[in-house]
Amino acid sequence: MTAQAEGDHLGEPAGTQTYTNVTCPFCGLLCDDLQITRTGSTLKVENGCPRATAGFQRPLPAAKPLVRGSEVSLEEAVQAAAALVRGASLPLYGGMAGDVSLARAVLSIADRTGGVVDHALSEGQYRNFRVVQTSGWIMSTLTETRNRADLIIIVGSDVHKLHGRFFDRIVTNEHTMFEDIGGKRTVVFIGEGLDTSAATGPRIEEVISLPVSKDRIPEVLAAISGLVRGHALQVPEGTVEDAPKRSGILATLLSGGKSASSAAVPEIAGVKFADIEHIAEKCKKAQYGVMVWSPPALSMPQADLSVHMMTEIVRELNLTTRFAGLALGGNEGAPSAASTCTWQTGYPLRVSFASGAPEYDSYRYNISRMLTDGEGDMLLWVASIGTDIGLPQTSLPTVVLGTPGLRLAQPPTVYIPVGTPGIDHTGQMVRCDNVVSLPMQSLGRSKLPSSADVLTAIEAAL
Amino acid sequence: MMIKLTGGKVYDPANNVNGEVRDIYVRDGRVVAADPDARIDKEYDVRGKVVMAGAIDPHTHIGGGKVTIARMLLPEDHEKDEVAHTELTRSGTGHALPSTMITGYRYAEMGYTAAFEPAMLPANARQAHMELGDTPLLDKGAFVMLGSDDFLLRSMAEKKDFEFIKDYIAWTMHAAQAIAMKVVNPGGISAFKFNQRKLDLDEKHVYYGVTPRDIILTLTRGLLELGVTHPLHVHGCNLGIPGNVETTLATIRATEGLPLHLTHIQFHSYATEGDRHFSSGAVQIADLLKKYPNISIDVGQVMFGATCTASGDSMRQYNGAKNADPKRWVVMDIECDAGCGVVPFRYRDKSFVHALQWAIGLETFLLCDDPWRIFLTTDHPNGGPFYTYPHLIRLLMDRDFRRETMLHVNPEALKYSTLPNLDREYSMYEVAILTRAGPARSLGLKDLGHVGPGARADITVYTEDGNRERMFEKPAMVFKNGELVVRDGKVIKVVNGATHVARPEYNRDIEKSLKNYFDRYHTVRMENFRLSDEEIIDGGRGEIIVQPTRARTSS
Repeated sequence: MTAQAEGDHLGEPAGTQTYTNVTCPFCGLLCDDLQITRTGSTLKVENGCPRATAGFQRPLPAAKPLVRGSEVSLEEAVQAAAALVRGASLPLYGGMAGDVSLARAVLSIADRTGGVVDHALSEGQYRNFRVVQTSGWIMSTLTETRNRADLIIIVGSDVHKLHGRFFDRIVTNEHTMFEDIGGKRTVVFIGEGLDTSAATGPRIEEVISLPVSKDRIPEVLAAISGLVRGHALQVPEGTVEDAPKRSGILATLLSGGKSASSAAVPEIAGVKFADIEHIAEKCKKAQYGVMVWSPPALSMPQADLSVHMMTEIVRELNLTTRFAGLALGGNEGAPSAASTCTWQTGYPLRVSFASGAPEYDSYRYNISRMLTDGEGDMLLWVASIGTDIGLPQTSLPTVVLGTPGLRLAQPPTVYIPVGTPGIDHTGQMVRCDNVVSLPMQSLGRSKLPSSADVLTAIEAAL
Repeated sequence: MMIKLTGGKVYDPANNVNGEVRDIYVRDGRVVAADPDARIDKEYDVRGKVVMAGAIDPHTHIGGGKVTIARMLLPEDHEKDEVAHTELTRSGTGHALPSTMITGYRYAEMGYTAAFEPAMLPANARQAHMELGDTPLLDKGAFVMLGSDDFLLRSMAEKKDFEFIKDYIAWTMHAAQAIAMKVVNPGGISAFKFNQRKLDLDEKHVYYGVTPRDIILTLTRGLLELGVTHPLHVHGCNLGIPGNVETTLATIRATEGLPLHLTHIQFHSYATEGDRHFSSGAVQIADLLKKYPNISIDVGQVMFGATCTASGDSMRQYNGAKNADPKRWVVMDIECDAGCGVVPFRYRDKSFVHALQWAIGLETFLLCDDPWRIFLTTDHPNGGPFYTYPHLIRLLMDRDFRRETMLHVNPEALKYSTLPNLDREYSMYEVAILTRAGPARSLGLKDLGHVGPGARADITVYTEDGNRERMFEKPAMVFKNGELVVRDGKVIKVVNGATHVARPEYNRDIEKSLKNYFDRYHTVRMENFRLSDEEIIDGGRGEIIVQPTRARTSS
């Protein structure tokens, strides 16, 4: 079902109005140069990517608060939600798709009620957080990369599909600050099936693709890592049998002992070794290289180890030149939730307040795992941005604060329609690089309340 | 509502009150003149107790990206100090990198009522203010960083008109909602992005061709002519490098008498004597400062124990990363605007280097004879967490305690510092200058840092105790805007403080250049780069206080 109901309209706004410098909440890049015209409650995007256009222009179905499928007033729904929260001994606060105000409201009620907090897209973020919390990293940001990078290596992530304006804004931009000392850039794609079509134009010196299946990307990264460290991985030309023997233990392990068995030239994970060496050389010669990945796309097992390998390549290269990582992703307000949770508790989500104090365990307080393993006794789920992160399957009583049209696997016990930051109400959100945050405008589409306001009302009703 | 604090020993250096017994009257959140006829609604008997204004920390890293990176980096640090919620207060974590609410509670419980984040990147200003907005019980403000941002360096390289540069400085303070301006490793953060690994005072940036000296003087003169009260807040070149005392002395001389604030000067006072080529330069610094009355400093005292260093100085932090403990660190290049480096660290009393750093800090305090020009800081969390201040105050006020502590530190280190020969003990009055009146005057907080009529009634009442650490760590009472918020060192009421900003005049035409610049190069629109008042006020959670600036002048 979808979280819509017949009945009351949204309080249809009147007239036509154009908004400029609009920040888009629909992916972690938070592009803030959109121009949007609103006619009534219909929005028209002038310069958005497909995801932005779909997000802003999605017709908003009428929606009313529901309790066990019956329409109720907002106040009644808030009371019903408060009753569920009050009756729970371990409430789970999941989803968390929203702005900083929402994160503040979730943390407040979770602190008060001894709950657990987690974001719907934490799994991707944790591919990064595990690396930060074990070894740290050297990172760049969007503007820095846009102006400075002469080498961009995109790893295992179909960036053009995931972040439709990344190339346009960061890679093939018309101007850079340092045009007089170069400004051409090489783009390397590591991974198969990646859309390379956007890497074109006068800014682009060269495009190199290493098509390798996702689960074997770590092998290619390990080879680059070895090469930039100066390890003797070099394989003699043409002598297939010699290859594993002469290339050392690492290459043997990486290749599973069969890399060169069916090819005429040495290769790792199906990629010509010479091509990998070429990339390693490019890395060493770069003035400012950037390793780019979108954590949710790294679906190989133990993807954090691949992130770690990338950051270790970066670390090594900084001994002689400058290099940095750039993590994308960050959809559905995930960086807003993680940053706010970190400054308020010290921990980036997956925190339980059950003891009264914040307790952090990235395995134990993964709400997705907790639901699967039957832990917790109530789920409050917030999805105020996209329609794709609907309520997970659960037998627990559920409260959903969701954008109208949110996909739901099952009817929630209580549903309260809420507005989207940057469309229905103002707010602030943190970008995928975890440095820049942007103001979200209200485009006056509806009078839907913000999820933060609804949650604050629920807390007040406890 | 009239409140009276009766019979306290008042230390109020801004009003020349030195330990005299005075009654203090508070009405509607402000101190008012004594009025024997007024009806007293609430009287607090503070006879025998010490009364001061709420303390002000003018340099503490409590909000913004690098602090939150540091928080994320070190979960094991927080596990030592997890704090449960109460009926009144939120939960959180403490130790080296307290979470925002715990930061507010612990400062207030230590008698502090204002704290200033000294390293807000323009690109990160929104987040810095969001974090400060989640820090209760304190008035706050932030110093915005320029000096490695492309726009300034480009403008200097292009020899743009000085009025244009002043407009940009002022615009940046407005856009980032700052009360002052800081420069960190002038030009060096940018130079590091061009793979320069060091940048001395007169060394040219490889791309822009400007030197740190040029940058410091440009910003110093700019702020002076814009009428901003706090002078340029300088984190100089070569932080942490033995021999950097020469750079610091040269920086002082470079000002030619103009006002400047040299921050965490301890980290910039290293000479190269002895077998290890590491010794104290504090005497040289203190001597030269006597000749430059317009220069103020804060110390950045090192305190022994585990902490985390968090700085905008990506160049020096990258260099220091080899000493990370635990072995885990973050360096970032940020938005062609700035950078940051976060390196966990443990200062050990038995380490020669760390003991000497500790000694140099104390030496600096004891050698500087003008308490109005020196502020008490550990550069939290870089030299140590802010809650070590009471211990530090005892080290300054209690010669015997200091000597006893010296017995436990690396004895070799003390040979390269004059600390063992210094007998000075700070007086209560001087401590009140260091922690209240001095910072308030320097930052231009016109109604903070004193308890005379007209002051905001931020007042701390201490119970006299010969053990000054015990005395200062647990005040009997703290009032915020006239409300009793802490009793016996525990928060009893939570209120939000205001955000202090300064708004020097500028010509709005600068936005034409900036708009074009942002559109061409940046990933954020100029209009969205600016942080609006509404975002700080946030429906009444926050409040903005605009502190006065002098009239703009031109040279």
